[in-house]
Amino acid sequence: MSQDTLFDKVWDLHKVSSLPGGSDQIFIGLHLIHEVTSPQAFGALKDKNLKVKFPDRTVATVDHIVPTDNQSRPFKDNLAEKMIETLEKNCLEHKIRFFNIGSGNQGIVHVVAPELGLTQPGMTIACGDSHTSTHGAFGSIAFGIGTSQVRDVLASQTLAINKLKVRQIWCDNKLSKGVYAKDLVLHIINKLGVKAGVGFAYEFAGPAIHELSMEERMTICNMSIEGGARCGYINPDEKTFSYIKNKLCAPKNEHWDKALRWWKSLKSDENSIYDDVIKLDASKVEPTVTWGITPGQSISINQQIPLLDELSPNDKLVAKEAYEYMSFKPGQLIKDTPIDVCFIGSCTNGRISDLRVAAKVLKGKKVSKNVKAFAVPGSEKVATEAKQEGIDQIFKNAGFQWREPGCSMCLAMNSDKLIGNQISASSSNRNFKGRQGSPNGRTLLMSPAMVAAAAINGKVSDVREFNNL
Amino acid sequence: MKSEFTPPIGKISNITGQCISLIGNDIDTDRIIPARFLKCVNFNSLSESVFEDDRKTLKGKHPFDLKENKNASILVVNSNFGCGSSREHAPQALMRWGIKAIIGESFADIFYSNCIAIGIPCFTLPKKSIEEIQNYCDKQSLFLEIDLKNSLAESKDLNFNLEIKESSRKMFLSGEWDATSTLLDNENLIEKKFNQLPYIKFNTNFL
Repeated sequence: MSQDTLFDKVWDLHKVSSLPGGSDQIFIGLHLIHEVTSPQAFGALKDKNLKVKFPDRTVATVDHIVPTDNQSRPFKDNLAEKMIETLEKNCLEHKIRFFNIGSGNQGIVHVVAPELGLTQPGMTIACGDSHTSTHGAFGSIAFGIGTSQVRDVLASQTLAINKLKVRQIWCDNKLSKGVYAKDLVLHIINKLGVKAGVGFAYEFAGPAIHELSMEERMTICNMSIEGGARCGYINPDEKTFSYIKNKLCAPKNEHWDKALRWWKSLKSDENSIYDDVIKLDASKVEPTVTWGITPGQSISINQQIPLLDELSPNDKLVAKEAYEYMSFKPGQLIKDTPIDVCFIGSCTNGRISDLRVAAKVLKGKKVSKNVKAFAVPGSEKVATEAKQEGIDQIFKNAGFQWREPGCSMCLAMNSDKLIGNQISASSSNRNFKGRQGSPNGRTLLMSPAMVAAAAINGKVSDVREFNNL
Repeated sequence: MKSEFTPPIGKISNITGQCISLIGNDIDTDRIIPARFLKCVNFNSLSESVFEDDRKTLKGKHPFDLKENKNASILVVNSNFGCGSSREHAPQALMRWGIKAIIGESFADIFYSNCIAIGIPCFTLPKKSIEEIQNYCDKQSLFLEIDLKNSLAESKDLNFNLEIKESSRKMFLSGEWDATSTLLDNENLIEKKFNQLPYIKFNTNFL
């Protein structure tokens, strides 16, 4: 059993009681909600005649269902309009702070909370969304929950949950040029497998992680869940603190000093005990692309899609399914695969640094005429910043559509969808069957820089061959 | 389609029913309930859409469309079932279709928690035993009697010692799987914890 890791410390600090069955009752410091997984939870509160216990500890925004082309109300989609209205009504009734469209702070919940300074080291954070693991980048313990658990947090600010084991993933050296956090996390998921993280929290550590910016760290922690780990985190450091400083909801003045003192004390001890430790060399990671129907089915840009014989017995079943669904042949190169749609956005890679790196690749170039390309900033703040830096113009000049913030084609709950068996190069997090809105649509996950390169060439490309990197 | 749906309530100690086998690893919650069906403010209409895209692709041959599985209530799956999105709509859709328990090689964490929270016990068995059940189901209907107290599954031909997290087993037997009231029983401790947490005090700008 792990001891003295950051995970253990934060868990113990938030433990309210040991429940009769053996799970723990954990206090949730920050609860984030959105329109998709909260309405039934508010409904259940009403049925049970309960109130929201600490309305100040819950913050709402709207992201999954928002259209990215025309956000004027009412939305064209009646069901989407009904969902945003329900969230507005629930927040008003229960006095929950809501960052609505046009507030200047709306966006994907996992982009918004960090940029507001709500996400802080040492907190427990829960949200009815599996990518809540993102917030672990700040040294918080953050995980996704279902709607019944959203109800429990609203009613009690606590959760009944079993303590996780802790696996340290130590990344030596540093990423080479043209290789990004997305490549590293896809590589990790490929090496460990999509279910290795079940029952674990992942601690990402080592020189390669230390080197990453806060936004890159969020990309890593965001995809912990794709490796099966409900929670992923990184010990906080100076980069963490300076990212939070001066954010809207960050502690100010004498409170900042107190916060900083406490945050600096928060990290895994040098001789802490892990349930498991994995080491890898980050300098060996290359631009990585998925070829299949799970985020674990990825290869380096110059590799061939694996043959069935090269895979472990446990991976063969899904591999067979993947060859068929993707219409790929075992042994085929992934490079030069023609692309129909390019999508840059999502809670994984929809932040300003993601747009900056893609803009660098796109500058002065044109999107291939066979490709429909669109960029969806992760939040209103990201969109504003991008406009100030002229990034939106670079995207538009290259032939990208520049959209309003939201989750968009990561999960295709709005009208941004693949059609038929179109194949997308996507900076999002899931390549599941049907994920991007068409029951036979196909997704290749990659870094935003690689998506930009694919958009220009109309096919999967090695971004390292672009000399303006 | 099943008749009217009544959610489980209180103690759950025995589940008897026909098995429905669904073969495949890493079956994610997007497949169980595609995202377009999440545009709803309650769970009532989900049962018809469970596995919608997979079922359309298999044109009537999906286990959830086979006539002989119409009344099945124990789902038998392989490994990492329910991975991906945290949407509780997935187990809610399964439950509304008629699933009362799931036996699998392994489950994704959030899916598992969601099942427990809505009263669907999830059991694990080794790969070999799951395959044994799935092969049996291929040929004939399998009716299992699950006894949660002793973690046993019994039938005419096959018997298994099921695995389930001890905390989950106890919660089902005592009826505390619907956690809200159990959590609220500790209201004083919750208040105390709130007052102890260092960051509550320095987050005056929080809201």
